[in-house]
Amino acid sequence: MSTSNTAVTSPADATSLGGEAFAIETFGLTRRFGDLIAANHVTLHVPYGAIFGLLGPNGAGKTTTIKMLTTMLEPSEGTASVAGFDIVKAPAKVRRMIGYVPQMLSADGGLTGWENLDLSAKLYGIRRAERKRRIEDALHFMGLTEFGRKLVKTYSGGMIRRLEIAQAMLHRPAVLFLDEPTIGLDPVARRSVWERLLELRQNFQMTVLITTHGMDEADELCDHLAIMHLGKVAAIGTPADLKANVGPDATLDDVFVHFSGGIIQEEGNYRDVRATRRTASRLG
Amino acid sequence: MTSARPGVQLAVSAEPPAFFAFFQQTAAIAEIELKKLIRDPTEVLARAVQPVLWIVIFGNVFSRIRAIPTGNVSYLAFMTPGILAQSVLFVAIFYGIAVIWERDLGIVHKLLVSPAQRAALVYGKATSAGFRGAVQATIIYVVAFLLHIQIRWTPLSILGVFAGAMLGSAVFATLSFIVACLVKSRERFMGVGQLMTMPLFFASNAIYPTSIMPHWLRVVAYLNPLTYLVDALRTLMIGASQSSHSVLTNFGIVALIFVILAAVATKLYPSLVR
Repeated sequence: MSTSNTAVTSPADATSLGGEAFAIETFGLTRRFGDLIAANHVTLHVPYGAIFGLLGPNGAGKTTTIKMLTTMLEPSEGTASVAGFDIVKAPAKVRRMIGYVPQMLSADGGLTGWENLDLSAKLYGIRRAERKRRIEDALHFMGLTEFGRKLVKTYSGGMIRRLEIAQAMLHRPAVLFLDEPTIGLDPVARRSVWERLLELRQNFQMTVLITTHGMDEADELCDHLAIMHLGKVAAIGTPADLKANVGPDATLDDVFVHFSGGIIQEEGNYRDVRATRRTASRLG
Repeated sequence: MTSARPGVQLAVSAEPPAFFAFFQQTAAIAEIELKKLIRDPTEVLARAVQPVLWIVIFGNVFSRIRAIPTGNVSYLAFMTPGILAQSVLFVAIFYGIAVIWERDLGIVHKLLVSPAQRAALVYGKATSAGFRGAVQATIIYVVAFLLHIQIRWTPLSILGVFAGAMLGSAVFATLSFIVACLVKSRERFMGVGQLMTMPLFFASNAIYPTSIMPHWLRVVAYLNPLTYLVDALRTLMIGASQSSHSVLTNFGIVALIFVILAAVATKLYPSLVR
């Protein structure tokens, strides 16, 4: 179990970008709510161009961490920088550099997809001449072109989520934050969201940070993971490294259980769970 | 601290001047609210029933008994601006529920993570509340026309009444916004909203002159923004005989209260997502 940052550092990336090597750097980031420590000395280094997953059970501190990194919440202790800007000293600069998709399906149902995008474009100060092209591009990229003029309340969950990603990428942020991006979506919609996120990284070199408690999501989408438990970073590394650390044929579920503890006390140790899981998968 | 780096494409390179951005952001928020209002006016129209009942029933009964001294104007004409102010108050004071709703949907989170100025978000909301005030004013004019209530119909007075209704709506919606930021839940908000409306309404000159109030209540009325709104609307609709201040003084006081409330709301808005 390690809270160090060695696993996620890729020296090649660091030198090619020059200056700060990381899209997101946190040092001992802590947030207290009264006696509760929601995030406890979180130290992370997310390289540019990574899709980084914050994995953990509910209440592990994922959302609190994302709220601090997106300047919604001030840390009680510690520091962090996003795209080279300090989240406490220069929150306004950080906001210009990031995109954010909240956990809830937050596109405005009373407006059309186009109108939702137009609002974002205006709030981000994208010039009039540029706006139309950006909106058309974003709708096209997210496969929503023919729905642009329809009210969002007629959209499916997957379409709303894709529209929100379109909103968050309009201003071409350096870092995109998504809080539980596929929660409540059906498997087809989830897959389409993953594909778009991978394409975003490919086409725009965006760094993506997601929170999730979906193992399949972490496995398929993320190239770096931090497992959080009770506000602390319990483990950090690539999905392959983390699995290798736990056991020879461990799945990410096993890793999750291993580091988040809760289920171990309730249902015996993780090996039992793993055995059950293997049996289940054999039986189909 | 470097702002750009190779490999990372930045869209927002030059920041527009702050005041220009402020107006654009305020207009953007107001525009979407106006679109939604036009698309689904059910709520605003349903709320029009209440002022109509006040004028038709309460107004007519009190006109008959002549219990309230209103000089040489009829009681119906006297209360019409008061009922407009009341309806503006009753609609705007529940505006905060929409803010809590937007918080539960994550819309507030998205707005606060954007580089939009927080004050622009508050002024945008206040402007959209102003549109609702304008709808209330239209309804009152229709009722006054149908019932042949003796009010002024000059373009300048109508323009002034609309401005007053919009400003009043902005004030009470912003007050409601502040309450929403403090209570953060719909249930608590409904309780506090109900608690605020009646004192604001009755401790004002909306349906009776402050001259017939006991001294302590008159003091309360003078601290109540609704009193100044009614005073201005009354001068505009029926003339200065029943008002204590000039329209400009009243508008100035209400505008000052708005600016103060908007500053408080701007300060409190980020606490909604903590």
